[in-house]
Amino acid sequence: MSQIKPKTLFEKVWKEHIVSEETLANPAILYIDLHLIHEVTTPQAFSMLRNNNLDVRKKNLTIGTMDHSTPTLPVNNFKDIEIAGADAANQVRTMIKNCNDFGLELFDFDSINRGIVHVIGPELGLTQPGKTIVCGDSHTSTHGAFGALAFGIGTTEVGHVLATQCLLQRKPKTLSIEVLGSLKNGVSAKDLILAIIGKIGVDGGTGYVMEYMGEAISSMSMEGRMTMCNMSIEAGAKAGMIAPDDATYEFLIDKPRSPKKEAWDKALKRWKSLPSDEGSIFDKIITIDANKLEPMITFGTNPGMVIGVNDPVPISENDAAFSKAIDYMQISPGETLHNKPIDVVFIGSCTNSRLSDLQEAANILKDRKISDDVTMLVVPGSQKIKRDAEAIGLDKIFKKAGAQWREAGCSMCLGMNGDTVDPGKLSVSTSNRNFEGRQGKGSRTILASPSTAAASAIEGNITDPRRYIT
Amino acid sequence: MEGLKQIKSRTLVLPNKDIDTDQIIPARFLTTTSKNGLGKHLFHDWRYHDNGEKNTDFILNKNQNETFEILVAGNNFGCGSSREHAPWALTDYGFKAVISSKIADIFKSNSLKNGLLPIVVNDEVLEELINNPNIELSISIENSTITFPDKKVISYEIDEFSKYCIIEGIDQLGFIQRNNEAILKFEEKREWTPR
Repeated sequence: MSQIKPKTLFEKVWKEHIVSEETLANPAILYIDLHLIHEVTTPQAFSMLRNNNLDVRKKNLTIGTMDHSTPTLPVNNFKDIEIAGADAANQVRTMIKNCNDFGLELFDFDSINRGIVHVIGPELGLTQPGKTIVCGDSHTSTHGAFGALAFGIGTTEVGHVLATQCLLQRKPKTLSIEVLGSLKNGVSAKDLILAIIGKIGVDGGTGYVMEYMGEAISSMSMEGRMTMCNMSIEAGAKAGMIAPDDATYEFLIDKPRSPKKEAWDKALKRWKSLPSDEGSIFDKIITIDANKLEPMITFGTNPGMVIGVNDPVPISENDAAFSKAIDYMQISPGETLHNKPIDVVFIGSCTNSRLSDLQEAANILKDRKISDDVTMLVVPGSQKIKRDAEAIGLDKIFKKAGAQWREAGCSMCLGMNGDTVDPGKLSVSTSNRNFEGRQGKGSRTILASPSTAAASAIEGNITDPRRYIT
Repeated sequence: MEGLKQIKSRTLVLPNKDIDTDQIIPARFLTTTSKNGLGKHLFHDWRYHDNGEKNTDFILNKNQNETFEILVAGNNFGCGSSREHAPWALTDYGFKAVISSKIADIFKSNSLKNGLLPIVVNDEVLEELINNPNIELSISIENSTITFPDKKVISYEIDEFSKYCIIEGIDQLGFIQRNNEAILKFEEKREWTPR
């Protein structure tokens, strides 16, 4: 009988990357396999390197893109970049200079690979099971969908990884989220993760790495799994992970930078040993029934304030935060949101901008028109997704419906590039945060799936997408 | 970054729970390439009306002539984005410690690297601090204690390594660099090489 203690997926990846173990006195030194960088959270880290006369330790493990401050209208020259403002343009120029000076690969405006940092990692096959992946961006948790340990870091830590390829870390706790049953037609990964955050709260995962498991997860597409892991941070979790399986390998096998030939066979053997062992112990366990789920929306000002699309806003007395949130959203307890006129619909972000998300929205919008009162932006997650979507005519469906079809970027998820929702306007967005002013000062955001966003664009108010799904 | 042994200041209280980093500093101020001068954008959209005028109801605008070094906030402070601009804005404004009953992971990690002490207290202590705003606290970093005006002393948890870095005012990079031998050995001995 084996005496080896059963381990979780997280514990296996963690252990394999320990340069030096943590002690009471010191944190562990964790080795990083892939460092993704973008223009917003790196300039100060490169300044630190310059000030200390340091170089980037592993240039081949560092990949750069530009996504947050970049315009989503076509960029042909530097003048076009300034559409988002002089500071944003300066940040883009600084990124280009930093990557040039330090000899790092950067996907610039002329690259088909440029896109949202968490979309291009998987798309290129750089995101792989068992890797440690970091980026100065909280939605780095997305890459956990492949069985990688992936988490967001601050700019000081970006400097640490650039200089040493390592991070100081205390070992987080583990939380398993088992999703029983299967999702009904018209209910997506986005609805499931919103329901989970609604259940455990925006701090329910703080201090934990979450592993999603169960029937609904193993039958889910890689795109859906990425949506799930992406929003793990919205529950406060350090990371979200899903065990690699045949769907993972099938997704990766033909990607440009996944291992090839013998290297693939070797990697596959290693990857297959990663799933949590039977009998492995989690610090906390939560189960959720997928069969009962409806399309979900947020109603308040954090992603834990979630209701079914047809449900009334809950009634909560003597809760100052709750009252503040619904005042801000200009809604009342006890009412459904069906009749709230919406102004903006945004389909995009690292949560829901992949080809399958665009396809899901296009299926509903085909041969239909969006409401005259709605402005709708569709922003693909990468330039490659844009090209692939155009190859199958999705751009035409969106444009014919009355939506704007843009270049890749983070865009209206956080409105850093000038794509913003005006004060007081109500937006239905496939992004990940509905914080006050997230999409622009005074903007009001309702988070939803691509289907719900598309159906709502047609009706001009919050709409159950199943009305349009046959 | 200056070392920090003792903080003695009145508390500024923001009782709201789940204050996210978009509130601490909105995304449109992240286009900077510097760490400095972000204090003017701290809690910007709560501090200023749409027309740019000061919101005189907001607590930061009520006590203009006083310097506060201790921020007391509702549960789950600093959730959301990984932007280090959040602790940069808080320290630039003058804060040296944040006290809450839960502090989001990335924000806490970023704070410790910038001389901003994140202190987690239990619900009861937080409630007392929220209900008694503007009291003078004395925080000893060496002893990990908070002393109240009535001389009551409570202790808080902080790991020794973080405490050392805050007291000495050092970034943690040097510690990793001193372990370069171990990193080289790790890279040599790995069963596989990334990419």
